[in-house]
Amino acid sequence: MNRISQAFSRGKAFIPYITCGDPSLEVTEQLVYAMADAGADLIELGIPFSDPTAEGSVIQAASKRALDNGTTTDNIFKMVKKVRKNLGIPLIFMTYANVVFSYGTERFIKRAAELDMDGLILPDVPFEEKEDFAGMCRKYGLDLISMIAPTSEERISMIAEEAGGFIYCVSSLGVTGVRSNITTDIGHMISLVKKSRNIPCAVGFGISTPEQAAEMSRQCDGVIVGSAIVKLCGEYGKNCVPYIAEYVKKMKEAVQGIL
Amino acid sequence: MSKGRFGIHGGQYMPETLMNAVIELEKAYQYYKDDPDFQAELTGLLNEYAGRPSRLYFAARMTEDLGGAKIYLKREDLNHTGSHKINNVLGQVLLAKKMGKTRVIAETGAGQHGVATATAAALMGMECEIFMGREDTERQALNVYRMRLLGAKVHEVTAGTATLKDAVSETMREWTSRIEDTHYVLGSVMGPHPFPTIVRDFQAVISREIKEQLMEKEGKLPDTVLACVGGGSNAMGAFYHFIPHPQVRLIGCEAAGRGVNTKETAATIATGRLGIFHGMKSYFCQDEYGQIAPVYSISAGLDYPGIGPEHAYLYDTGRAEYVPVTDEEAVEAFEYLSRTEGVIPAIESAHAVAYAKKLAPQMEKGQIVVINISGRGDKDCAAIARYRGEDLHE
Repeated sequence: MNRISQAFSRGKAFIPYITCGDPSLEVTEQLVYAMADAGADLIELGIPFSDPTAEGSVIQAASKRALDNGTTTDNIFKMVKKVRKNLGIPLIFMTYANVVFSYGTERFIKRAAELDMDGLILPDVPFEEKEDFAGMCRKYGLDLISMIAPTSEERISMIAEEAGGFIYCVSSLGVTGVRSNITTDIGHMISLVKKSRNIPCAVGFGISTPEQAAEMSRQCDGVIVGSAIVKLCGEYGKNCVPYIAEYVKKMKEAVQGIL
Repeated sequence: MSKGRFGIHGGQYMPETLMNAVIELEKAYQYYKDDPDFQAELTGLLNEYAGRPSRLYFAARMTEDLGGAKIYLKREDLNHTGSHKINNVLGQVLLAKKMGKTRVIAETGAGQHGVATATAAALMGMECEIFMGREDTERQALNVYRMRLLGAKVHEVTAGTATLKDAVSETMREWTSRIEDTHYVLGSVMGPHPFPTIVRDFQAVISREIKEQLMEKEGKLPDTVLACVGGGSNAMGAFYHFIPHPQVRLIGCEAAGRGVNTKETAATIATGRLGIFHGMKSYFCQDEYGQIAPVYSISAGLDYPGIGPEHAYLYDTGRAEYVPVTDEEAVEAFEYLSRTEGVIPAIESAHAVAYAKKLAPQMEKGQIVVINISGRGDKDCAAIARYRGEDLHE
């Protein structure tokens, strides 16, 4: 059983996302430790991209802050190397196709595997375009995480059959960002996945409150939260670590049903 | 599995949320492109409403002045709404309507595509929202007013460099949030499949007409076709029917801004490299880590860090050439064509005029150059005056 499977084997998983380098890579490193300590089961590390078309305003702003202070793919790799000396928690890179492609797809994925990363999420690489990336991930032992959306319907079974690690279920239409209300029939989406394959399903996009997290976790195997955390990075800057640790703890309790 | 490739370029690099939308669009297009009723309706709109065919005008004074090849101007500037953009927009909005959509959204740079989309939406009774970078709403204030007058809602995009690429990103985000009743009228031969093919096919009327008109006037094919290239829709339209004729030189004129050796440039072929962005694999201006470059050109319509995938392929195979033209050269050509022929070209099209000024004198007298005048320059007068140090109050 690999680390991602283990993360889902201890009950409902809580998966926080942060943008690397926001507000600095030093703080990112501290955030990883603090979030792991607060109960995160798996952490998504965002590599900032100049034009993140799947992101709402919060993560767009974070990506810009990170790039403006000089964050690069190579600096992020160095930070991960340090983290890995101290921590065995599953880690996944989330970034855009061009960041990986322009680095050299094989070079990027090989390096990520050497750093003992567990997976990769590319929101602008759908099923039809995944082979160049998925092939390399297979070669170096990384999971390429697939996404499904409320519009996916009959695509879900083919996506699920070839997915690695877990399925990232996009909760609603639109880009990332806090939503007050999620109306999609998540249960239906997940039943379509489970009908073709028994693979963990984590729901993301728009979740920010413990109540939402608790509600979602009743229907899936894990909950992903990005914008709500990144918002705290924006608000508290280099002092954000304790605030985020506290938030992660609360959310983890919520997904486990200790609300 | 990947669809819509031109050599290694193209594809469908889109969020999963939009995949069924682009698949549905492809199916609808496959059906309607061969549907005689659809084609008849579109031809009717192009001829009766947009004023096609556009003239192929022999520029006698320019020809005489440059003392080389005969110069013809393909007058897309004379189309309704003042540019070639209407060709694609009438096709796409009609297609959207057939698909049962009631709302169209679009990005715009110079505002020409936004105006054309707002026009077609008004004509066909569709709701319309346009996304335009704040930088461009300032450069092209008149077009913003025109879009509003036509009943469209104009959103100012402040993200990133607040220009065309950010307008495209924002329109994609908007489409992700509302798909059921909405079609994204992409304005150039770019983005995910099937857009590069759909837009090319709707713009190909330009080269079909040039070919017929020149056969009638000269009894032969042109030696060279020149067009400006941002995303590349007017160039693709002007090139398309000449691609199977290798004796016709096809030259795309890119916006070099302040020069290809400066950072203030938008010349993708001259300065970019292979990447994946805005739904397609193609050439993009980017840094060593794949971050998209903040490009610059005096022309809001060419101020884009990428180029359509079919152009990238024509470049790879050597079938088309791409040359950089600076702001200064384009402004000089803008003034030159106004003075010499009484035609004020869009600053975008002026990039092609500028290269014709260099090329035509080196050609034989019997040879023929066709310049695609993709749009009219009224929208640019205030900005060009400002470039020359004159402040116009409109």
